[in-house]
Amino acid sequence: MRGILSAAGYVPYRRLARSDVREFMGSGGGKGTRAVASHDEDSTTLGVEAARLALRSAPGHTPDSVWFATSVPAYLDKTNATAIAAALRLPGDVGAYDFGGALRSGVGCLIAALRGGGTSLVVAGDMRDGLPTSADESAGGDAGAALLIGDGPDVLAELVSTASATAEFTDRWRAPGDRTSKLWEERFGENRYLALGQDALVRALKLAGLETSDVGRLVVTGMHGRAVTGIVKKLGVGEPVVADDFVASVGQSGTAHPLLVLAGALETMAAAGTPAGTTVVLLHLADGADAVVLRTTGALAAWRPSRPVAEQVANGASLPYAKFLAWRGQLQPEPPRRPEPARVSSTAAYRNEEWKFGFVGSKDRSSGAVHLPPSRVSMDGGAVDDMEPVAMADAAGTVVTSTIDRLAYSPSPPIVFAVVDFDGGGRYPVELTDVDPDEIRAGSRVEMTFRRLFSADGIHDYFWKARPVRRGVARRGEEV
Amino acid sequence: MASHGIYDRVAIVGMGCTKFAELWDKGLDDLIVDASTDAFASAGVSKEDVDAYWFGTAQSGMSGITLARPLQLQNKPVTRVENYCTTGSEALRGAVYAVASGAYDVAMAVGAEKVKDSGFQGLNAMNPPGDGTARTLTAAAMFSMVAPAYGQKYGVDEETMADVLASIAVKNHHNGARNPRAQFRREITKETALGSPRLAGTLGVFDCAGVADGAAAAIVVRAEDALRYTDKPIYIKALALAAGSGSGLIDPGYDYTHFPECEAAAADAYAQAGITDPRRQLAMAEVHDCFTPTELVLMEDLGFAPRGTAWKEVLAGTFDLDGDLPINPDGGLKSFGHPVGASGLRMFFECWLQMRGEAPADRQIATTDRGLAMTHNLGGYPGEMVSFVSVVGNRPG
Repeated sequence: MRGILSAAGYVPYRRLARSDVREFMGSGGGKGTRAVASHDEDSTTLGVEAARLALRSAPGHTPDSVWFATSVPAYLDKTNATAIAAALRLPGDVGAYDFGGALRSGVGCLIAALRGGGTSLVVAGDMRDGLPTSADESAGGDAGAALLIGDGPDVLAELVSTASATAEFTDRWRAPGDRTSKLWEERFGENRYLALGQDALVRALKLAGLETSDVGRLVVTGMHGRAVTGIVKKLGVGEPVVADDFVASVGQSGTAHPLLVLAGALETMAAAGTPAGTTVVLLHLADGADAVVLRTTGALAAWRPSRPVAEQVANGASLPYAKFLAWRGQLQPEPPRRPEPARVSSTAAYRNEEWKFGFVGSKDRSSGAVHLPPSRVSMDGGAVDDMEPVAMADAAGTVVTSTIDRLAYSPSPPIVFAVVDFDGGGRYPVELTDVDPDEIRAGSRVEMTFRRLFSADGIHDYFWKARPVRRGVARRGEEV
Repeated sequence: MASHGIYDRVAIVGMGCTKFAELWDKGLDDLIVDASTDAFASAGVSKEDVDAYWFGTAQSGMSGITLARPLQLQNKPVTRVENYCTTGSEALRGAVYAVASGAYDVAMAVGAEKVKDSGFQGLNAMNPPGDGTARTLTAAAMFSMVAPAYGQKYGVDEETMADVLASIAVKNHHNGARNPRAQFRREITKETALGSPRLAGTLGVFDCAGVADGAAAAIVVRAEDALRYTDKPIYIKALALAAGSGSGLIDPGYDYTHFPECEAAAADAYAQAGITDPRRQLAMAEVHDCFTPTELVLMEDLGFAPRGTAWKEVLAGTFDLDGDLPINPDGGLKSFGHPVGASGLRMFFECWLQMRGEAPADRQIATTDRGLAMTHNLGGYPGEMVSFVSVVGNRPG
């Protein structure tokens, strides 16, 4: 049985209220919120956070390849999936590949994995931009999503059929280097997508020997909002069948969106104890249409996702519009008058990959002392080269003392900083993120998150920060 | 294995020190020439009379040539040293040990820093290429974690703590106002200190050392030769250095209320100098008050007050210019300014003035008959620092 072994979404902490756009600019905006990646997040880190959750919810499975899709790659030429693999501490024999650029690449990645062999971790991360007051600015969103695809008796939903409808037409486009898209007249795309979507869906269901009325859960996504709404209406399926597409809360998160909504749908169905044999259909509209028909298994009702998308959506905090503009480079505040950091040494980063990307320290075998970063000589007893690696990325910790640095260089000052003692041993003084300066005190609980500290000479500095453990978003088995 | 010290084997016979300030019209070479010329004149020697040189600068230049070129030293042995904020002290340590070893008759230590050419406020370290995981926090932020930790451990409420730290700033400005070489020569009130903009944690502008350009220099000879150069030599009683392993940063046992490296350096120096009761035996101490909580904690690390009591002593005026044990009579880093490579030697310069009775009358301390003075530096952060402690005296024996 081949299908989805695990699924997770990652919704960044900050939310822009769309009404704030009109308040600030006098036009634009809309209803609801959109998710906003922090200044220290990019498509790669969004993907990492989602993939961490997906792997955590599928113990016992290790991917043999990682496929990463985004419309805003952090690097060109250089593969971004390798940083994701490193952050996940996947072994070197795991293939890591990018599916670049187009908004169709996320769903394409998923279909390729479902129709292929082996165990593939399909990851997507996206940040959607639009010019101030544009529809894209408000409708877009930032998110990561990850699906683990493979074979086994514990598949949550098995693949039944897929169908694609491909068409060459120019509805939405973006030149390399641009952050915002351009659009043809809206009704042209709507017309094309309605026809293509229906075509793909009908063929997929036919392959599966099913009718529209057999669909138990329908996920329709795509950047063309009117086409998505139109096709749902045309299919005439009942309201409870249509999955929450998170457009009102997260926004359209590009390549990640079909995966995010599918993950959310599976999570909701698992929580509701949805019986085996329920038909789930994913339809994504991008330069054509792709339909995937899945059938839930008995494993779904028993699945306990580690941090459901709906919980993350509920645990966001607002971000002022001006800050959003600054984080997106649409508005340039005075930078801190401190020297900008030098570019990361590629060779040093290579040597320290386990520490830098995996947050792996070392533990003295005799004294048990944890060293962050890893050390060859123990601070306790002085043993030399008698340490074992200790993975700290999933350890939670408690703030011992903290401070706010209003002087140090940061892309978004001030820096909130804390000395953290980890559960089970180890201390590390670390920068905090997704936090308000006055929120942290001795005793605050924090967990680690993979971030981009800064970029210099086009090289991104990926490393770990700590963030508060939010009420209701604690990991499985953890008290909240 | 032991730290034997070189008690009374070497003496300072001449010193020079520039004004510390934002010296826009002076370059590093000017600072070096000014401080060195004063030191040569003070000892009554020429540059040819000096057999070897130690030059301290944190990041204003590299190699001994940074000193040899502006002074036009012809093939002299010149060593450049760097050890964070103990750099100036480290230069003197090298010169003193070289004379004590018998290798040279006359040695000179020069410390200089041109900080204000960077275009940025504060001190900015130039770090070697790395993997991008090193902390980028300012020293102010790292030291700001000391104040709440100390308050919590010893039951000092926030308001009292703020009052204690402001008292330290007020005291150092009071002293600096009486020092023509100091960067800031204005007395401040507690209200000014408390009302200044916050930079890191609860630390405001007046909790932080001044950032200045400057240079200082010392000439040292064997103690038995000292009276040939001056009738009031300053004798080296002890030199101690402790470099921490950095484990305080990652050791869950460290609580940010003390600096073990400073305790270790002080213990070594006291043993070398035979000091058993520093609070009463020392006439004064120049300590590394990079931030006000640093000076507070140092009063305990250096043995001037029992643990958890220094805050009371600060409020009681124990460490004031006319107090029981004057601390930083020259205004300290706080108001004298902190050109990194020069600061250690600047502290010796104040001991040189005070212990010879040559400080300006309005800041001359009344305790010099005790005969001993201390200088203390630290560089780095709580949990990861180097520390230097010296004891000098105005008479042998």
